Amino acid sequence: MHELAICQDVILQLERLASEHQATKITEVLLEIGPLSGVEPPLLQAAYSIASADSIAAGAILKIETSPVRVYCQQCGKASVAKVNQLLCGHCGDWHTELISGDQMTLKHVEMESD
Amino acid sequence: MCDTCGCNVSPANQHLLEEGGKLAKDSQGNTSVEVLHSLLHENDHQAAHNRAHFDAQQALVINLMSSPGSGKTALLEKTAEQLQGRFNIAVIEGDLETENDAQRLRNKGVRAHQISTGSACHLDAHMVHDALHEFSLEGVDILFIENVGNLVCPASFDLGHHLNITLLSTTEGDDKPAKYPVIFRAADLMIISKTDLLAVLDDFSSERATKHFRQLAKAEPVLSLSAKNGEGMNAWLDWLMQALTQHRDKLKQAPVSHHHHTHSHA
Repeated sequence: MHELAICQDVILQLERLASEHQATKITEVLLEIGPLSGVEPPLLQAAYSIASADSIAAGAILKIETSPVRVYCQQCGKASVAKVNQLLCGHCGDWHTELISGDQMTLKHVEMESD
Repeated sequence: MCDTCGCNVSPANQHLLEEGGKLAKDSQGNTSVEVLHSLLHENDHQAAHNRAHFDAQQALVINLMSSPGSGKTALLEKTAEQLQGRFNIAVIEGDLETENDAQRLRNKGVRAHQISTGSACHLDAHMVHDALHEFSLEGVDILFIENVGNLVCPASFDLGHHLNITLLSTTEGDDKPAKYPVIFRAADLMIISKTDLLAVLDDFSSERATKHFRQLAKAEPVLSLSAKNGEGMNAWLDWLMQALTQHRDKLKQAPVSHHHHTHSHA
């Protein structure tokens, strides 16, 4: 389970952000996770509470948005939704596609309080 | 994904940047910040530092990933034997415990450093950076980083390497790319290893494995080889030499960016 290691990285970022904005507490964190990021949202939720304990982000609400797997077809030029392990064009079925969404692993938004 | 080229900016979040209002503060002192960094921002920053160090040393660095026991170390032993006297290779080994793999390579005359990760299931850029402080890359043409045997976690961490290779041995199922899409999607080359066993394994099809790999939108090459009987080794060494040539050409065209170094490596 690498979600804990990832959360520890996120906590470092949150501590840096809080310090940049003279915040005393982080109240809400919004992440965007795609199915092809290799990160599982439920495991991330569990790991977050462990990683954030005793940090400035302890007790913050963690919200996770998931993004769909979408590909752009290099053959027919159309975009479509795809399965994680079959990144095929939904229109012509070709495998020469580019992923346009689905591997996101992004810290999007942070809410903080200052005195 | 990275934080320097803007690839984290998608059509869905572009407006946050365009409004120029990444930061808003209300009257109660609550601050709201749009970040749009990778969750592994700290790791990625360290990885970029490692890569600058590798580039300054002119070394091509390849991250080798697979399940445990798929023949990564055996492939490196055979590769070292065949490149001896022509190219200088070095290996950083990642395992939970033991120096066994590093010792196997040292027995072949390869400079090898073992990272014992304890309970960690993957290498990260910080672990590789720490290893670089104890391990000189002077004169090294190719550095292999043999990641912890695991088809899940290593895929998420940039180590600062230039290329990823994912191995799939014939003793595993040929549907591994469909089961573990993240790690196979990361591959610049897929190697089907232990082909000497194909004669006795009637349930593994290299064609099916390749088809599952292609269905991940992967046009990258697939090589089949056996480190045991040497089958396919020439094509692998050709791929490696071509990768090295291309890497060196790239380094010549884009001189190493200024490497902000406040400390020295071994």
